[in-house]
Amino acid sequence: MRYAMAIDTRKCVGCSDCVVACQTENNVPIGYCRDWVVEVTDGTYPALELELRSERCNHCDNSPCVRCCPTGASHYEKGGVVIVTHNKCIGCGACISSCPYDARYTHPDGYVDKCTFCLHRLEKGLLPACVSTCPTKCMYFGDLDDPKSPVSVVLKNRKHKTLIPEAGTKPQLYFLI
Amino acid sequence: MREEIIVSGRMNPNIDPFLHIWHWQIPLYLFLGGLAAGILFFAALFYLRGKENEYRAAVKIAPMIVPVLLVLGLFALFLDLKHKAYFWQLYTVIRLQSPMGWGAWTLMIITPLAFIWAALHIKEVFPKWDWKYQWLKDLEMFFQKYKKVIAWLIAIYSVILGVYTGILFSAFNARPLWNTSILGPLFLVSGLSTGAATAILFSKNHEERKTFARIDLLLIAIELFLIVHMFMGFLASTQVQIDAANLFLGGPYTAPFWMLVVGMGLILPAILEALELIKFKIPVYIPAILVLFGGIMLRFIIAYAGQMSRWLY
Repeated sequence: MRYAMAIDTRKCVGCSDCVVACQTENNVPIGYCRDWVVEVTDGTYPALELELRSERCNHCDNSPCVRCCPTGASHYEKGGVVIVTHNKCIGCGACISSCPYDARYTHPDGYVDKCTFCLHRLEKGLLPACVSTCPTKCMYFGDLDDPKSPVSVVLKNRKHKTLIPEAGTKPQLYFLI
Repeated sequence: MREEIIVSGRMNPNIDPFLHIWHWQIPLYLFLGGLAAGILFFAALFYLRGKENEYRAAVKIAPMIVPVLLVLGLFALFLDLKHKAYFWQLYTVIRLQSPMGWGAWTLMIITPLAFIWAALHIKEVFPKWDWKYQWLKDLEMFFQKYKKVIAWLIAIYSVILGVYTGILFSAFNARPLWNTSILGPLFLVSGLSTGAATAILFSKNHEERKTFARIDLLLIAIELFLIVHMFMGFLASTQVQIDAANLFLGGPYTAPFWMLVVGMGLILPAILEALELIKFKIPVYIPAILVLFGGIMLRFIIAYAGQMSRWLY
């Protein structure tokens, strides 16, 4: 099993509902967030091109954060989801420095926190909060090993990219272009 | 033109606009660790070569401060942790892929060795020293028997400690400035150089000072060579590493790095030490303090500049 997420940059309107849904679902402290929306503008007026991306932890196959964690608090859960065990984390910040996507932050309680792909919801058969909330239905989630899962189907049919694949992290967040 | 903004708001001052997760504690600790490694390495080296009486400052006097340096360094590391009550989790696992894990275990080994080495020589440095309890005297006698083994362990672990202070940074692919394996040897050589400078500071023997001034000159030359190669490597690499090098070649860290580290910390002390060796009278503590200053600035500048360098996407 390999969980992955695909986000359609052509359907996303940048409403930030995914951000609010995540903050509500996961009790993210005020002032922090596990996902965020990036707006990229290319070119000069009037020849402009716009891309909107809902970004979060890439749950990389080759995660630098898991590699550098001195205590094993950052680890892979089933489906390749990268999780931080709170009471094993010492708050050294090595994983935050090692993440090329800046996806992690230090929780006010001291441990390091980040997107979990809503593992607690996946276990109940639900979709991650951001995916289930998205009003334009631009996010697809599922198991890459299952050719019939929404994410496998959409990745087969659409051109897509990942963020900084040259960093060698093998990210599992796909952006449809 | 390309403009990239986070429209949802991330409001995390530790990450945006650029990462600053590691403050003064980490570079200070890296300096203290490197300095401790340098002092211990020369102490073990000259002891194993049977020159403990010719090089009294290096083998016996300077190692007295090493336990203090290591404890201060560990305390700085502890201050850096955000989930302090769980620090012991470091010692529940051995993680070979994590440089910080390596560091934690190396310190676990070298700190007691540094205490033992200081204890073995404390009577010679402070003649009035008295171990108040019999069991402490017995313990000293016990370690005295294995002094050679301890010296070998110190020689090996001090090199690991010195290299690790650089590897800690270079393992981070996400920070292009740090992501160069030359940082390991560079920080090791810088640590050895500060160790040699400390031996010069503590020495009252002219011959010993001269030897360490020569050693320090050689180490400074190697350091300059490694710095030049570091920039050559960056400029021949990917765009993100070219950008990282440009922080020092016209960017915000140009003046601090070339003036404080290369100018005041390497070239000036090298000139002063060379002049002293050809019989000019120069107070020895000036180049020694400059070398220590250069060592501390190197770590601070690399730590802070590294957090400004990042991947673009």
